[in-house]
Amino acid sequence: MIAGYLSGTSLLHRLPAGVKLIALAVLSVFILPIGDPLALACVLAAVVLVYAGFGRRGLLRVLAWRSLLPLLVIIFVLQVWAASLSVAAASVLRIAVMVLIADLVTLSTRLQDMMDALAVPLKPLARFGLDPARLSLAVALVLRFVPVLLESWRGREEAWRARSPRRPGLVLVGAFFSGALSTADQVAEALDARGFGMPDQPAPPTPLSSSRPNP
Amino acid sequence: MDTRTLVRIALIAALIAALGFVPPLYMPLAAGVPITAQSLGVMLAGLLLGARAGAAAVALFVFVVLLGAPLLAGGRGGLGILAGPTAGFLIGYIAGAYVVGLLAERLKLPAFASAFVACVVGGIGVVYLFGIPVLAAAAGIGLSKAVIGAAVFLPGDLIKAVGASVLVTTVLRNWSVAAQPRP
Repeated sequence: MIAGYLSGTSLLHRLPAGVKLIALAVLSVFILPIGDPLALACVLAAVVLVYAGFGRRGLLRVLAWRSLLPLLVIIFVLQVWAASLSVAAASVLRIAVMVLIADLVTLSTRLQDMMDALAVPLKPLARFGLDPARLSLAVALVLRFVPVLLESWRGREEAWRARSPRRPGLVLVGAFFSGALSTADQVAEALDARGFGMPDQPAPPTPLSSSRPNP
Repeated sequence: MDTRTLVRIALIAALIAALGFVPPLYMPLAAGVPITAQSLGVMLAGLLLGARAGAAAVALFVFVVLLGAPLLAGGRGGLGILAGPTAGFLIGYIAGAYVVGLLAERLKLPAFASAFVACVVGGIGVVYLFGIPVLAAAAGIGLSKAVIGAAVFLPGDLIKAVGASVLVTTVLRNWSVAAQPRP
């Protein structure tokens, strides 16, 4: 499954997710005011060393951020033009440090733990109808739907290519959407049939027909 | 909110994620500029689900990304995104989807025109409104320079606005989740 988590047993992995999130916030307060590029370069080196502690996987993880590189280059050039070389170096280094430190939290925390940790600050939102159980179901559904959607599109595209020399067009999009929509509605019906939709009424299980909203 | 709406919100959130995997083959006009199909998903979320559910779908997508799933185009994800210079665009996506949905419901224009205006105002204007100041602040460059930088993405985004409007007025016309324009 797609995940930003790297399995491991390091100290970072063992710390509770909430502690890591708070530490991240505290660290950013200390790092943001640093204006000396040399100091920031040292911090960056230290962070990369932490990544190196995870071995090859850790270093590959740093490289995964190379998609940010063009943007950093643009920022660097603009900064040199607008301010000075040292300001430019400092701001690019600061972004790199912040991104990599934040990613340390992500790579050492399982998705479920992150969710549990975030449920605490999200609790006040419950009065606006954000039920933690529904949120975690929604997150699970998204993670499951992504490969389902990609697979469904690939299947339709292959079927098209097997039958036509032309490029697949808008027709495929319509079929793809209606297929995805009916999948979603079947999932909703299956959930309702298992009593998910009515958390306030523990018994009896609601009949299927009442789970359909009025058209 | 009934289960059906919840699942459809999750479906659209997953669709936005899936659009991050779209190969550039389907965006031939955008060659040269690294544009993501993901903002097309943001426009579609507002158009298909309406303001509230559309914004909820985008917020759910952003939440899953921040939890650590590498679903942003280019395989990025996690808390690092919030620390990066493009964090504002991600937040702007949520507000953008809301405005797209709101305008698409309220505008009294022909279907294509109102969808297009909604996409341009919400999917481009509002997204940039959040993204550019954050980009300027994170990068320490002036607001005007950030605007120039973001203007590079404008042609691609306009193409996506046309694309989203074409989709919802043709093949997705009967995707009846969003409030249909009332007669």
